[in-house]
Amino acid sequence: MSKADVLLSGVRPLNEEACDVWISDGRIRQIGAAGSLVGDRHTVRQDGAGQILLPGLVDLHTHLREPGREDAETIATGCAAAALGGFTAVHAMANTAPVADTAGVVEQVWRIGQATGRCDVYPVGAVTVGLAGEQLAELESMASSAARVRVFSDDGICVSDAVLMRRALEYVKAFGGVIAQHAQEPRLTEGAQMNEGALSAQLGLTGWPAVAEEAIIARDVLLAEHVGSRLHVCHLSTRGSVEIIRWAKQRGINVTAEVTPHHLLLTEDLAATYDPIYKVNPPLRTVDDVAAVREGLADGTIDIVATDHAPHPHEAKDCEWSAGAFGMLGLQTALPIVVETMVASGLMSWAQLAQQMSVQPARIGQVDHMHGRPIEVGEPANLALIDPQKQWTVHPETLASLSRNTPYVGMEMPASVRGTMLRGEWTVVDGELE
Amino acid sequence: MRHLLSAADLDRDRADSILNTAAQLATLQNRSVKKLPTLRGRTIANLFFEDSTRTRLSFEAAAKRLSADVITFTAKGSSVSKGESLKDTALTLEAMGAEVVVVRHGASGAAHRLAHSGWTQAGVINAGDGTHEHPTQALLDAYTIRDRLCAGAGDLDGLRVVIVGDVLHSRVARSNVILLGTLGVEVTLVAPPTLMPKGVESWPCRYTYDLDEAITGADAVMMLRVQAERMNAAYFPSAHEYSRSFGLTAARAQRLADHGIVLHPGPMNRGMEISADVADGPRSVVVDQVANGVSVRMAVLYEVFGARAQVGAIGNTEVDDFIGGEPDVQG
Repeated sequence: MSKADVLLSGVRPLNEEACDVWISDGRIRQIGAAGSLVGDRHTVRQDGAGQILLPGLVDLHTHLREPGREDAETIATGCAAAALGGFTAVHAMANTAPVADTAGVVEQVWRIGQATGRCDVYPVGAVTVGLAGEQLAELESMASSAARVRVFSDDGICVSDAVLMRRALEYVKAFGGVIAQHAQEPRLTEGAQMNEGALSAQLGLTGWPAVAEEAIIARDVLLAEHVGSRLHVCHLSTRGSVEIIRWAKQRGINVTAEVTPHHLLLTEDLAATYDPIYKVNPPLRTVDDVAAVREGLADGTIDIVATDHAPHPHEAKDCEWSAGAFGMLGLQTALPIVVETMVASGLMSWAQLAQQMSVQPARIGQVDHMHGRPIEVGEPANLALIDPQKQWTVHPETLASLSRNTPYVGMEMPASVRGTMLRGEWTVVDGELE
Repeated sequence: MRHLLSAADLDRDRADSILNTAAQLATLQNRSVKKLPTLRGRTIANLFFEDSTRTRLSFEAAAKRLSADVITFTAKGSSVSKGESLKDTALTLEAMGAEVVVVRHGASGAAHRLAHSGWTQAGVINAGDGTHEHPTQALLDAYTIRDRLCAGAGDLDGLRVVIVGDVLHSRVARSNVILLGTLGVEVTLVAPPTLMPKGVESWPCRYTYDLDEAITGADAVMMLRVQAERMNAAYFPSAHEYSRSFGLTAARAQRLADHGIVLHPGPMNRGMEISADVADGPRSVVVDQVANGVSVRMAVLYEVFGARAQVGAIGNTEVDDFIGGEPDVQG
């Protein structure tokens, strides 16, 4: 990796007026009108005309699979995918083997992340021991470990026991943590395979009803209100969920919510292929749900986009639908999909995209001392350089992930990440890993 | 017809043509030598990941009566629990030269996946996939209704057929709603609300929770098997209560039209969804269904092989010629 002393000329921060941005010593050193800056004799000039400069993206919901499933992804390959996707920080979910439910495991993940250097890896701690939903994990030990965990989640499994959820919400108040809930009422979703509706009935696939998500979200916002704590809702996917979050925020409840790129773009009808590449949890929903999550993201009811990047080895998808694993890759396609569904469609500006893919996720994850910073002089140079015109086609074999389970095979993406910079060092240059 | 994955693969002409072929083939059953040379040297793989003696035997008999070679693979439980995947099994059978694969699998969409995944070039016949479809069962049901109520030919248009029971989990119901709808039958589904699929109002049929109302004057009633384990999942409180509201008793069967018939795909739970006296009574065509299954599956195999390469025509002449000719010694 090269320590950059670089002058980006003619770039447009947040797609606003073109300017020159001089970066050295890991920070933004100077910002001036386009063509006005010269740097010094070590400075490399880089033409950024037509390119958009964003704060480096922050993912609150990534599965890096290490430790335990290094055949699907490693911290190194996941970080490479993240960097290529414009991310400078990812939060690594706890459902590894062993589960990230102790200070030892989260510190291991954090240290390996530090060593890769391509992306900051912030471990998410499990809420319950072994994700078993029976006993609280040692949340404070993880919070005070070197990994400084602030986000706790049993993601993949819902903390369905109301008392356990209440205690977790209460307990993390001591150190300002947040519980990120995978909202899925387990009894309503036994054996569930896809969104429940007329299509699931026709296809003979067991339904995953919207109410199973909405009932948990409704319960949890009320619990958060009751105990005065902070709740984050992972990957919400239905119109009803958006409405509950909207209601909760109006009521002043301290709740935040995320939506995935795939729930912004794809719909349940893909299940008719019976190809488990489209199998994900929560499932792809209806056209109406997609419209609702787009509206919710646009009006801020949904705070952030998070990828739920979920690598799986080929054999876990090259099978019949019900045998297939839940989850899809997301890091390298997240930004262009948000551009396509939200920016190109006129629902949001690039500035709002930066808010919802960088600033807000950094705040929720409490890494906003370093990430999701404004593009201003003196700020750490965690940046992504986007070509909003350069299209590309998704070829799974060219993605950096060890796994290939992208649902976007052959799809044209409307924008490209050209450069990513972590603390003033390029991790991606000209769309390639540095 | 390259594959038969769903009853929706059959338009009215195709369905009629299969039923007509089956009717011709059925005449074989009355001969002492029941075999045709049509598929001699061709290979069919029967791939049964779920226990299903009657469907497997029916396909085997159908294949053998057309002189095809049959490879049978049976495995209990899911592909995953057996260690060998559906894909690997497909590759194995392809390597053994199977041109047509008959597949029964517990996963909905397994046949569709086999046909479209690129794992095999074989033609695929769905012999039941999870809670999705069972198109040859629907064909044999339509055949049986036609045989009994339309003198073996012509039109099912305007007949009233009632399908009763665990519609939610029934592949037989799904395929029958589609196929009988295609053939112009007015289908009514009857089940407790817990066993009625979500979105049923968009299906091409009527539905009601009242069996007595639905069955009155109907031309045929099809009783679906209800598994006892559904009780434990709270779909209904007890076998007794289910039976009282949705079981076919002799008294209820009297509400059918005078010529009304009773079908059941088997195996029957006597005393649960159907009483023994109805099951064994004069309206019951359950045994016919089994016999007709062989003829219908012969017709389906003929169609699917016909899409692959030249297969000799099946007509009365050929049946007659062959039966007068040399006996087939192939097993």
